[in-house]
Amino acid sequence: MIGELRRSLVGAIEDLGSVTLFLLRLLSNTPRALLRFELIGRQIFNSGALSLVIIMLSGLFVGMVLGLQGYQLLRNFGSEDSLGTAAAVGLLRELGPVITALLFAGRAGTALASEIGLMRATDQLSAMEMMAVDPIRYVVVPRFLGGVIAMPMLSLIFCVIGLYGAQLVGVQLMGVDSGSFWSQMQAAVVLRDINQGLVKSVSFGIACSLIAVYQGYYAAPTAEGVGLATTRTVVTSAVVVLFLDYLLTSAFL
Amino acid sequence: MGPSGTGKTTLLRLITGQLRANGGALSVAGRDMRTLKRDELYELRKRMGMLFQNGALLTDLSVFENVAFPLREHTDLPERLIRLIVLTKLQAVGLRGAAELMPSELSGGMGRRVALARAIVMDPEILIYDEPFVGLDPISLGVILRLIRHLNDTLGVTSIVVSHDVREISTVADRVFLLSGGRVAAYGTPQELDRNPSEIVKQFVGGLADGPVPFHYPAPDYFGELLERSA
Repeated sequence: MIGELRRSLVGAIEDLGSVTLFLLRLLSNTPRALLRFELIGRQIFNSGALSLVIIMLSGLFVGMVLGLQGYQLLRNFGSEDSLGTAAAVGLLRELGPVITALLFAGRAGTALASEIGLMRATDQLSAMEMMAVDPIRYVVVPRFLGGVIAMPMLSLIFCVIGLYGAQLVGVQLMGVDSGSFWSQMQAAVVLRDINQGLVKSVSFGIACSLIAVYQGYYAAPTAEGVGLATTRTVVTSAVVVLFLDYLLTSAFL
Repeated sequence: MGPSGTGKTTLLRLITGQLRANGGALSVAGRDMRTLKRDELYELRKRMGMLFQNGALLTDLSVFENVAFPLREHTDLPERLIRLIVLTKLQAVGLRGAAELMPSELSGGMGRRVALARAIVMDPEILIYDEPFVGLDPISLGVILRLIRHLNDTLGVTSIVVSHDVREISTVADRVFLLSGGRVAAYGTPQELDRNPSEIVKQFVGGLADGPVPFHYPAPDYFGELLERSA
């Protein structure tokens, strides 16, 4: 039992070291990869634009639920006019970055891991190496940067749509005063709230994209290996995002 | 040539620097492969072309862009010249008309011919083929076979072909090395190999089921195991 625990602990530390080395390799290749911005642009489209529908729909529903629950709760204290503030703070600080990251891991992260894993399985990465093209620079870094850039934008869109969802339920359905909803939000939300969301979404973008490209790059070149890499991408990303969220929240308090 | 699991692909990976040897000596184009740094290895690879078993075309690029890929990455040639070179190479493998197709629209044989065009686009000095005949129909196989010999003669390159196919190799190879158990069991012209008295050569060239390479995977006594199971 203790031996097993020790082995898994050593394995986890080895994995962490391996991911850190991989991140350093990505960062050392980033300046040269930035010169080929068209490759990164294509990946921002793949990770960002192609995730828009799911992000917008989820943002709308989360905002609507927030409006409904917030209204029920605040009404008990006679402060339903603060619904806008509650929704905005909740979305900007927590729900926007976290749910966007979880959705990103499920939609774009799995796509990245399986794409790179399949490129490995079909010898495309080896073919690049044989053509003296570093696959880290040509394939991995643009996908990593594309994810890192797309995540804050997706998170922002999620928050904006979420706020409209909360307004739709709170103001249009429940009858909260529109003026109070927006003005209280404007008065209470400060730059620090937006910064907190921004820092979180960038951190989650780095974590989710890194996990996805790492799992894809080191996937076993078999159907089972690629499947395992996509599963690991979602599970690891979800746990890391929630853990990072706690760390960053406590750092901002 | 050599039986499966004998080390052909490993040797190929050593020659191309995909694997590092931890013993012995290995020199390619006058360079010691064991001491090459990453940049030097990439420079050497620009002088090599490799055809992978499955073609390994980049699936998000068209046939034209696949062949143009090494030129775009390693040269600053103007677009007109790149187009000219790519069309010339595609014409050499008979697929100029397929330039705008995507890899998913190609048959196995066509994919391998495109990969061959890509392998020769930088005019390499060494061309390496990893099992180029596997899974091809007789027409595609004949086409690839003729292309290998034709490209070798016209471009004046050194070609290394790894294969199981004794008959096909005999028609194109100047020299054959037969590997067995990680060692060179025999070498010479295809005719010399035909006359070689070694048991392993006879088994491989004659396609015999049993010989130095056993038909049966090591196992306990047959009858003993059958009786044990039924008891």
